Amino acid sequence: MNTILYIIQKEFKQIFRNKGMLPIIFILPLLQLVILSNAATFEIKNIKFSYIDNDNTSFSRALIDKFEASTYFNVVSSFSSEKMARSAMLKGEVDVILEIPPYFERDLLKDKKTNLSVIINAIDGAAAGVENVYINQIVQSFNKNAQAALMQPSDFINKPKTITGITSFWYNETLNYKTFMVPGILVLLVTMITLFLSGMNIVREKEIGTLEQMNVTPIRKHQFIIGKLFPFWIIGFGLLTIGLIISKVVFNTPIIGSLGLVYFYTAFYLLVILGMGLFISNFTDTQQQAMFIAWFFVVIFILMSGLFTPIESMPMWAQYLTEFNPIKYFVEVMRMVMLKGADFNDILPQFFKTLGFAILMNGLAVWSYKKTS
Amino acid sequence: MKGESVIKVENLTKTFGDFTAVNAITFEVKAGEIFGFLGANGAGKTTAMKMLIGISTPTSGSAQVAGFDVFTNPENIKKNIGYMSQKFALYDDLTVKENITFFGGIYGLSRSKIKEKRSELVAELGLGDIINELVGSLPLGWKQKLSFSVALLHSPKIVFLDEPTGGVDPITRRQFWEMIYKTANNGTTVFVTTHYMDEAEYCDRVSIMVDGKIEALDTPKKLKKQFKAESMNDVFLKLARSPIDN
Repeated sequence: MNTILYIIQKEFKQIFRNKGMLPIIFILPLLQLVILSNAATFEIKNIKFSYIDNDNTSFSRALIDKFEASTYFNVVSSFSSEKMARSAMLKGEVDVILEIPPYFERDLLKDKKTNLSVIINAIDGAAAGVENVYINQIVQSFNKNAQAALMQPSDFINKPKTITGITSFWYNETLNYKTFMVPGILVLLVTMITLFLSGMNIVREKEIGTLEQMNVTPIRKHQFIIGKLFPFWIIGFGLLTIGLIISKVVFNTPIIGSLGLVYFYTAFYLLVILGMGLFISNFTDTQQQAMFIAWFFVVIFILMSGLFTPIESMPMWAQYLTEFNPIKYFVEVMRMVMLKGADFNDILPQFFKTLGFAILMNGLAVWSYKKTS
Repeated sequence: MKGESVIKVENLTKTFGDFTAVNAITFEVKAGEIFGFLGANGAGKTTAMKMLIGISTPTSGSAQVAGFDVFTNPENIKKNIGYMSQKFALYDDLTVKENITFFGGIYGLSRSKIKEKRSELVAELGLGDIINELVGSLPLGWKQKLSFSVALLHSPKIVFLDEPTGGVDPITRRQFWEMIYKTANNGTTVFVTTHYMDEAEYCDRVSIMVDGKIEALDTPKKLKKQFKAESMNDVFLKLARSPIDN
């Protein structure tokens, strides 16, 4: 036991003495939290909107006014010909071209029916879909108003019955994207820093030759590993704490569930990540190699965690793969506990899987660390 | 104690694939002896030493160090030996004092024992002024002396020194050998590898490894006689060159 304390003491001294490392440990992740949470948004805003108005009537102008009034669209230009509009889209100057046909107003008044042509830059298919929905909403609402204006008194009797869905948004009433992202990005920074630090740590001792010196001492494997990992476990909690404070203070992210539960789960989650870091460092000879391998896994884990893209939309085989992704469970737990107020029973599946990973990874780490080659 | 074998090696072999780094070496080292383990670069000295200190498992043969078998009981060997590697292996980013405390601690010395050892070292090596300096800022000679002292903190039965005087100045080398003598006089067996043939003369007995085999083993005096050489340097050259001349 004493031996472990000596190692822990030494590790903390080395970590806090490394003036280049401290800012990397504590400042970079927080910048990441603040910047990414603001920037990593899939909300579609500031769509570059242009139109070709072949009608030029009060109706067509009213329609364009509606787009002007929308916060989603920036009306950047109007074109007199389709050719000019196309070339503008090719250059990336506009995202959407709305073409109002000639006799738009007349057809609407006479035939009560007309068509609009909408061209959307769909290189980003998801964004194009959303833009299409926004455009349709505006056109529908314009349509309703127009019909009301065109209605004859007799029409009121025959007014068609309509069904309207009344939506209430749970857990994130204002549909604030940051509420969704902040708990996830918090996971990301806790994971990255602890994985990289623990992965680097033992390899560094290999590189400078002190690991050989350690291996010649009667130190026991588990003492060495516990002594090595404990400081990073504490640093992980430090990061989580600072991250939670920032999400509360800067982003006003709700924390509905129990913070104790978040910490309890994180305690086991960190064991998975630290065990993984150690496992990586046992198989590599240089910090560079360890960094590349850690990076490889982190990128895959993050992209397949449901942090940015929903797991439900991945192909089946990818969904099966995500079962082995510890980051996925942490993201789920953070969102469930912070935003939905989930309790321990709700996160039991995630907890047991994480516990399983922790045992597996640390088992592998202890097994692969060999004092005698 | 003196006269008893503390290292017994028989046909010890280590192969890496097709390459035989250490080829069936056999020798014994007696308690309190200064045993010089000589050989050219790549002769297999470090590999042999790594097997004796329990960080590399031999391919075949047998070896007992401090009464324990290298195959079955390497961790018990580690309790009874000190090791100073070719690469400087204290922590550069810890102070002299912190390094002493740390290594004392992991060898299981009590706090009071560590304190006692530290004051001894401070007095012996004159560390008073630099005790709170980072080890990384010390000159190499200092580092080597400190490294040696740290390897002796837990009063091991045998201390293994892998080219301890590489790259240090003649004065420090001399001081270093004075430390080695003192250690041996206190009853600790010293197993030392070196490239410096003048240092070989200071050893009680030396072995010379060529291409993984021990080609000569005796006191420096007898070896010189055997090879009809003026100095250990000549002995070494005769042995190490012979494969090329053949």
